[in-house]
Amino acid sequence: MNATIVRLSARAVLGRRRGVLLVILPLVLIALAVVVRLLAGEGPDSAKIVVGGLGLGVVLPLVALIATSSVFSPEMDDGSIVYLLAKPISRHTVVISKSVVAFGCAVAFAVLPILIAGLLLTSGRPQLAFAYSLGALAAGAAYTALFAWLATLSRHAVVLGLVYVLLWEGLVGDLVAGVRWVSVTRWASAIVEATGGGAYAASPSLGVVYAIAATLVLVVGLTYLAGRRLQSFNLTGDE
Amino acid sequence: MSVIELDHVSRWYHNVVAVNDVSMTIGPGVTGLLGPNGAGKSTLISLMSGFLRPSAGTVTLDGRPLWRDPSAYRDIGLVPEREALFDYLTGRQFVHANAALHGLADPASAAQDALAVVEMSDAQDRVISTYSKGMRQRVKMASALVHDPSVLLLDEPFNGMDPRQRMHLMELLRRMGAEGRTVLFSSHILEEVEQVARQIEVVVAGRHAASGDFGAIRRLMTDRPNRYVLRSSDDRRLASALLGDPSVRGASLRPQGGLEVEAGDFGRFVLILPRLAREQGVRLLEVSPTDESLESVFAYLVAT
Repeated sequence: MNATIVRLSARAVLGRRRGVLLVILPLVLIALAVVVRLLAGEGPDSAKIVVGGLGLGVVLPLVALIATSSVFSPEMDDGSIVYLLAKPISRHTVVISKSVVAFGCAVAFAVLPILIAGLLLTSGRPQLAFAYSLGALAAGAAYTALFAWLATLSRHAVVLGLVYVLLWEGLVGDLVAGVRWVSVTRWASAIVEATGGGAYAASPSLGVVYAIAATLVLVVGLTYLAGRRLQSFNLTGDE
Repeated sequence: MSVIELDHVSRWYHNVVAVNDVSMTIGPGVTGLLGPNGAGKSTLISLMSGFLRPSAGTVTLDGRPLWRDPSAYRDIGLVPEREALFDYLTGRQFVHANAALHGLADPASAAQDALAVVEMSDAQDRVISTYSKGMRQRVKMASALVHDPSVLLLDEPFNGMDPRQRMHLMELLRRMGAEGRTVLFSSHILEEVEQVARQIEVVVAGRHAASGDFGAIRRLMTDRPNRYVLRSSDDRRLASALLGDPSVRGASLRPQGGLEVEAGDFGRFVLILPRLAREQGVRLLEVSPTDESLESVFAYLVAT
């Protein structure tokens, strides 16, 4: 990891207008948790809808997408990433340093709010709130690696990321049971189920060992591939 | 003392050939890479800076292949053509970050020195987004110089600069070359190149068209046959007078009026044309070159 790249990336993500979105999304999640607690009361069912559905299913991938695209895409699009790449630093170090910043944003603006929303809705059983946070932590790492790889792959990484989240994780994942084997949200659900003390049942179920292993393979594999992509970064002039 | 060597290098994108079997050696001193837009200059600089894999052939720096070797950047300073920088940083922060990325022991003082070299110390604490084009170019230059590289590669560095900034950068490049650095810059303007570079490499349509001392390249370019269209009060009379002079290779009357002349010796032709016209009592109404575009000059070089 390179401290200078981390610092520059943090400024890139927090200093831009889309940084505001990073704050709004978790605020909406926490506000909704407060409203549900007041109107419908707390409990595993309320938590499943708000924390599992909105937090894990929507806020986390969107925050990861915004953060990851903010640290990669503008520099890739305008070519200024060349100032990071024309240095005696491995391209994998560049990817890891940037991904660490994006993952940090996912933790600060999605995992922590998920923990807070979880505690608001399961104050009697905080173990479930921590289980959701653990699931979110794993999913945050997976989404960051996935979106980082997409950012090195295409100029349309944000669109591709949105399509992935909405279609694959959202629509197809709900319709086709087999998708759970290759779905970040379902892996996270398996972790929540295994650590939630019996208060959460993922359906259909997926072994937690598989979920953790799949997350690790995805994070390591896609980070490696993103580094390989940056090794082939093409410095094109106007010709 | 560093040497970049291209050995039978080609680069193609699908079925488009950007660089075609180019071999050249870039040694210490200032070398100008001259060619019209789209000739492959940026592709060559990308190849020399390790940002493009040659489709065929090898590109080496002191014998080490450049592709996928980040350690080569210890010796290379690159000034890309694209203007994008980290606009939210100040000039000082940007150059300091570049120094830190190189792992220099004292990045702050290295950044100060580099900014002083390009005369940007006064504006160093302004945000880059407020810089003019020339200031951006100088900050790019400072970021490339901050680690004191032995090789400096600059892609169209004079684009968008005003004459004063241009003079300053030319002086800087000359100094870098005199210090023994290997400096290569690209340009599509011959005058620009010959003011700075002693050695010139000409590329046209992806091919290495000419190489050598700027005087030889200049002669190649100006001694070529030149074509002109003349309009005068008596084209036929002027044509016969011109054909009597050895500097003129041919003259023909155009159906739509006017006279087309091919001059073999450009220097002599421009001197004798007004004299002959005056002697013949012919009034010259128009003298216009038909192929003075740089592209035609380069096309001629490729053909020879």
